[in-house]
Amino acid sequence: MTSQTVSIAITGAGGAGVMTAGQMLLDAAAKAGLYGLMTRSSGPQIRGGEAAAYIRLSSAPIDCPDDSFDVLFCFDWMNVDRFAAELPMRPNSVIIGDEAAKNPPTMITDSIARQVLVPLSQSANEIEGGRPNMIGLGILGELAGIPLDALQAILEKVLKRKGEAALLASLEGVKLGMKVASDLETEIGLDLHLERKATDKTRWSLTGNEAAGMGALRGGVRFCAAYPITPATEILEWLAPNLEKVGGTLVQAEDELASVNMIIGGSFGGVPSITATSGPGLALMTEALGLAVSAEIPIVVVDVMRGGPSTGIPTKSEQSDLNIALHGLHGDAPHIVTAPNSISDCLFTAQWTVHLAEKLQTAAIMLSDQSLGQSRNIIDKPADLAFVAKRDLVEDGVEDYKRYALTDSGISPMAVPGIKGGEYVADGLETAENARPSSSAEDHYAQLDKRQRKIDQFDYGQHWAEIEGEGDLAVITFGSVTAPVREAIERLKEEGQKIKLISLRLLSPALPGPFDVAMEGVNKALVVEQTHSKQFYRYLRSVYDLPKNTHVLAKPGPLPFRPGEIVDQIKELG
Amino acid sequence: MEQPVQQKPLTFKDYKSDYKPVWCPGCGDFSVLAAITKALAELQIPRENSAVISGIGCSSRIPAYTSVYGFHGIHGRALASATGLKVARPDLTVVATGGDGDGFSIGGNHFMHACRRNVDMTYVVMDNEVYGMTKGQASPTTPSDWEGSKLTPHGTGVSPFNPLSVALSAGASFIARGFAGDPNGAAKLIAQAMQHKGFSFVQILSPCVTFRPEQAEWKKIVRKGEITETGDLGTAAAFLATDDGFSTGVLYETQRPIYQPSMEENHSLSEIEASFEL
Repeated sequence: MTSQTVSIAITGAGGAGVMTAGQMLLDAAAKAGLYGLMTRSSGPQIRGGEAAAYIRLSSAPIDCPDDSFDVLFCFDWMNVDRFAAELPMRPNSVIIGDEAAKNPPTMITDSIARQVLVPLSQSANEIEGGRPNMIGLGILGELAGIPLDALQAILEKVLKRKGEAALLASLEGVKLGMKVASDLETEIGLDLHLERKATDKTRWSLTGNEAAGMGALRGGVRFCAAYPITPATEILEWLAPNLEKVGGTLVQAEDELASVNMIIGGSFGGVPSITATSGPGLALMTEALGLAVSAEIPIVVVDVMRGGPSTGIPTKSEQSDLNIALHGLHGDAPHIVTAPNSISDCLFTAQWTVHLAEKLQTAAIMLSDQSLGQSRNIIDKPADLAFVAKRDLVEDGVEDYKRYALTDSGISPMAVPGIKGGEYVADGLETAENARPSSSAEDHYAQLDKRQRKIDQFDYGQHWAEIEGEGDLAVITFGSVTAPVREAIERLKEEGQKIKLISLRLLSPALPGPFDVAMEGVNKALVVEQTHSKQFYRYLRSVYDLPKNTHVLAKPGPLPFRPGEIVDQIKELG
Repeated sequence: MEQPVQQKPLTFKDYKSDYKPVWCPGCGDFSVLAAITKALAELQIPRENSAVISGIGCSSRIPAYTSVYGFHGIHGRALASATGLKVARPDLTVVATGGDGDGFSIGGNHFMHACRRNVDMTYVVMDNEVYGMTKGQASPTTPSDWEGSKLTPHGTGVSPFNPLSVALSAGASFIARGFAGDPNGAAKLIAQAMQHKGFSFVQILSPCVTFRPEQAEWKKIVRKGEITETGDLGTAAAFLATDDGFSTGVLYETQRPIYQPSMEENHSLSEIEASFEL
């Protein structure tokens, strides 16, 4: 896994076609039998401005960035220095620039990496309608060993709508680029070819945000109310047309207060409902989340986390909404908090989260983040684990119905409009069993106990965490940090170290029993998280018994965790 | 085998619960409860297929006093919850209710957008120009010189909000004003609003005898049925320009496309999943 990967960065001015070339390279690599990951980065401009595509290709499934890049291909020098911190290079890395571009910035000239210039614009000018980014695509495709037929198939798919001339010009450009690169390979001795294995498995190309949307549909969601916010919008934009196809619908709300209350209304009506937002939106929704807990209306809110607080860094990832997701609700409000641990797991975790919310009749928050949501991954088609919304409903014609009946499981069969005899008032006020408002101590204690009991007693099965490997050191993490942690552990395994990985998918409720079992034989722990104030570590400390010898690697966004820094930290622990 | 049962028509009492309201004796909201249940009875809407949705405030307690499905949510969000319910369950009859503080202050944004969106539901606002549940503060409809609140001892100094004008300019397709002192008239307006296809807004002047005792005078001031119904925006706007807020009747009704997306399942999940395949 660690040997067979190649990391390529492409940068350029707005309109240079960086993202187009990047995505085509990724898709063509997948066509050719590789796996890959592509992360986008751009300047603060609404449209245009400099852009960067970070691509990692591999012969095996891959879902995090490497420590450094093998190739940095600058279509031009436009503001490339803005990406400097995101572009770690090695002495044997190669920076490729355009011969025609003048005055490379010091970030390039001072780089430890080797540098080479290619006739990018000049080659594009040789072709009628030729574009430098297609020359670039050809160069990178050749360097990575992606055959022409895979590149051609992707060009045909993407450029179908633009007409024959555009397709031909692009194809000529790619071919010319491949020729330029074959000279380059011998000239600088660059070999980025990856082993390509034949597979009969269906491959998917998707982002975490699309995966979350698909998971919601698989889980049975048929209603969404939406207010746009970076970096969650793509979940909503994906759901809008796709909900329509399966008999559901999406409403664009006037604000997040409306969107969350709309899904509470839809779910009160019996339709599994979801919304997606980011930190600022989640903050606005917390009052209504308490209502969903109190009135026992199942809803799912996906929070695609970004740098905070406040507007923070909207286009970059961080895990710092953990505290508000766990503790943001007023009153004693037991609810579900989950976190997908990879782009493909956004699908499963979204589906499972819908299932939990519906089964437990409560609010569930899924903590995704920008790096999962907006990165594109090539994965094997995931299996459908058949978690579908299944709410416990009362029979039509029920008599003496008690909406909030005190049951052993804590789950009280629900009525939805249309069920005769089930007419009740869902309420943010504390209620008696019969749903009538009550301020009596007896009812408050009983209902608080019931709402806690249903969450605590539920059997969450094996899905509460991913537990991999054995060792007396455990690395405990969650969310998007899982992938670099996993890769760090793999690397250390090759050096003979044995380390256990525990990645929590269920953040709340805490499950001390299963956690203790997972920690058997562990006497040292490292908690890795993408926050500044060690939110995850402090939470773990408050709900679980951790070894005395527990260390923390906490780093806020915007820069991603790279496996190497986790390897270094583990080595430091000795 | 089930025997067909001859259903007796439901009366307004069938739409009332046996739960005793928290309202003060003499509160206008008793009449509005009667009017809403009368309207439900007039239209013979099955209890299990209707829902009364509210936020927070004295009048927002109304769902519990009915026998239909209800939702007593959080302050200001009745219209949002009602919109979600109606869009997800278009087969239901949905009535949102609440007061002037809930609807025009904390929920003001939702009011505008509900008028624009034109979901087929009814919004009944019991307007007493005061926050009653928190013991008497000025609301958006309180006259600027009202000095009865400790919170604004010199009056608010802020122009009152005109709900009908806002509804008209925001695009509501049915707008009416009623009076709690005329429960039969109010019931008729609410029934007409519920039959309207689209978003219908009914303001009911509903006196607060506790914190605005001077509103007892409303029964002398209100002019029943003075408003002439029109489908012309200009005529309705011109009427409101000189209206003192104490005339009742239907102000405006028009037909425009209602917000109800079609919800027809025509794809399988695996067809959608195929779009991820390379």
